[in-house]
Amino acid sequence: MLSSMTYNLKQGFMQIFRNRGMSLASIFSITAMLLILGLFFVITVNVNLFTEAVKQDYDQIEVFLLDETTQEQTMKIMAQVKAMDGVTDVTYRTEAEALEIMKERWGESGYLLDSLGENPLPSSILITVDTLEQAGAIADFVGSFEGVEDIQYYQETVEKLTEVTDFLQMAALVIMGFLVVVSVVVVSNTVKLTVFARAKEIEIMKYIGATNWFIRGPFLAEGILIGLMASLVSTAVISAVYGKIVSTIGSQVLAIVSCPLIPVSYLAGNMTVIFLALGMSIGAWGSIVSMRRFLDT
Amino acid sequence: MIRNKVENGLYCYAYGAEKGAVSKYFAKGKKMIRFENVTKTYKSNVGLDNVSVHIKKGDFVFLVGPSGAGKSTFIKLILKEIDADEGSIMVAGQEVTELSNRKIPQYRRRLGTVFQDFRLLPKKTVFENVAFAMEVIHKTPRQIRKQVPQILSLVGISDKAHKYPDELSAGEQQRVAIARAIVNNPTVLIADEPTGNLDPDTAWEIMDLLEQINLRGTTIVMVTHAKDIVDQMKKRVIAIDSGHIVRDESGSYGFRGGEADA
Repeated sequence: MLSSMTYNLKQGFMQIFRNRGMSLASIFSITAMLLILGLFFVITVNVNLFTEAVKQDYDQIEVFLLDETTQEQTMKIMAQVKAMDGVTDVTYRTEAEALEIMKERWGESGYLLDSLGENPLPSSILITVDTLEQAGAIADFVGSFEGVEDIQYYQETVEKLTEVTDFLQMAALVIMGFLVVVSVVVVSNTVKLTVFARAKEIEIMKYIGATNWFIRGPFLAEGILIGLMASLVSTAVISAVYGKIVSTIGSQVLAIVSCPLIPVSYLAGNMTVIFLALGMSIGAWGSIVSMRRFLDT
Repeated sequence: MIRNKVENGLYCYAYGAEKGAVSKYFAKGKKMIRFENVTKTYKSNVGLDNVSVHIKKGDFVFLVGPSGAGKSTFIKLILKEIDADEGSIMVAGQEVTELSNRKIPQYRRRLGTVFQDFRLLPKKTVFENVAFAMEVIHKTPRQIRKQVPQILSLVGISDKAHKYPDELSAGEQQRVAIARAIVNNPTVLIADEPTGNLDPDTAWEIMDLLEQINLRGTTIVMVTHAKDIVDQMKKRVIAIDSGHIVRDESGSYGFRGGEADA
C-alpha cells in the first residue's frame, strides 16, 4: 500500500517534470481559477460578516431624543411603547452609554473618540421588536411624540443587504461551478498528453494484468500534484494580498461601516482547507476524465 | 483428433523427461483452453463461426491460416480483448465469457503474451522491462531482485540486463519479451507470430526457448505463418480459414499434410 503510493507519487512527479511546459501551464490556469474563486470567497465572507453585524441591530428601533427632552416626556414615550403589540423590550440609553458603545465598536481606533471635548451623541430609547416588519408602524407611532429628534431602524437596509448577500452567494456558486469544470478540462488535457505518451506502456500493462487503478495511479498522482501546487500558490497569493489590504485599509473600513474586515489568520486557515480540497479534487477528476477512454475494455 | 492430442502430450513429456509431469498430465487430462460453439461476428465479416476446440494442459499448439482467417480473433477472445457473441470459452478453469471487466486483470495475470513486435518499453532497461511485469502485480522489490536475474538467465540474456531494448538484436528483444511473459509463471503462453520479425536462425533459437518453456508445463498457443517451423516441430496444428477450423491434427502446416517429416 505504502510502496504503491510512493511508486505513484514518484511516477507522478516524473511525468510532471518530463512534461513541465504543460504542467506549468495547467498549474497557472488552475491558480488563476482559484484566485478568482478566492476573490469571491473573500468578498462573500466579508459581506456575510457585515450583514450579520447589521442583523444584530436589526430587531431594534433606536429613537434619538432631543437634548431638551424632559425625563417625564421620556417616561411617557417608554410607557406607551411598552404597551404596544410586538414590542418585547424598551430601554433607555444615556449619552455616556452611547459613547461607550461607539468606542467599543471602533475597537483599536476607539482612542480617537477620546479627543472629543463634549459628548456629541444624543440619548436614546431602544425598542426591541418581535419582527422587523412591525418596525415601520411602531416608528410612525413613536414619531408623533414630542421630544423625538430622529428614529432609526434597519428594515430596508437589512432586506437589501440580505438580497445582496444572497445574490453574491449565488453568483459565487455559479462561477465556482463553471471554473471547476474549466479547471477539470485543463488538467485532463495536460494529463492526456502523458497518457498518450505512455499509451504503449498502458497497453502492455493491461496485457500483463495490471488493474485499472494500478494504471491510473501515476496519472492520478500527476493530476493531484498539479492541483495541490496550484492551490498552494493561490492560497499564498490571496493571503498575502488580502493581508496587505487588511493592514492598509482595514481601519478605514472599520470606521466607515463600523464593521471590521475578516482577519487574515481566520480566512487563510479556512481557505487553505477549501483550496487544497478543491485543487486536489479538480486534479484527480481531470486525470480520471482523461483516462476514461484508455481504460475501456 | 483425440489420438493426436494424446500423441502430442506424450511427445512433449517424453521429450521433457519429467516423469512426474507425465503422470500428472494423464491423471488430470485437464483442458486448459476450451472453445464451445464460439461465434464472433464483426460488423461486416465473420471472425469465428461456431468454433469448438479443446487444448489440453501442457499442449503446444500452432494456430495457422491465411490473414484475416480468424487467428487474431481466436487470440483476442482468449485474452478477453473482445467478447464472443455466442458460445463458451473456458481458459484455465475460468469461463472467460462471464468474466466481468473488473476481473480481467486478475485473469490476464495467468496468461503470458508475446508479440511479433516485442512491445518492450524503450525507456526501460531489460531488467526493468521484466521487473515491470512483476511490479504490476505488486511483487516486492526483494522478489523482483531475486526472480528477474533467474528468468533472464533462463532465456539466455543475463549479460544484457542493463541494456536498453534498442541496443539489442531482434532475437534478444524477443527473449526479453518472453522473459517478461513468463516471469509471473503463467499457465498459458500466447505467442502471436513471435518469429515474424526474425531471421530463420534466430527464429529457431526462439522456438527452442518456447519449447523449453512448454516442457516446464506451460501451455503454448502460437500463431504463425512460418511453414518450416510448423513442419519441423510436429506439434498439433489448428488451421483456421474464414472463421472455421479446417484442420486440427499433429504434423505440418499444409492443408494436405498430416504426415510427419523428420
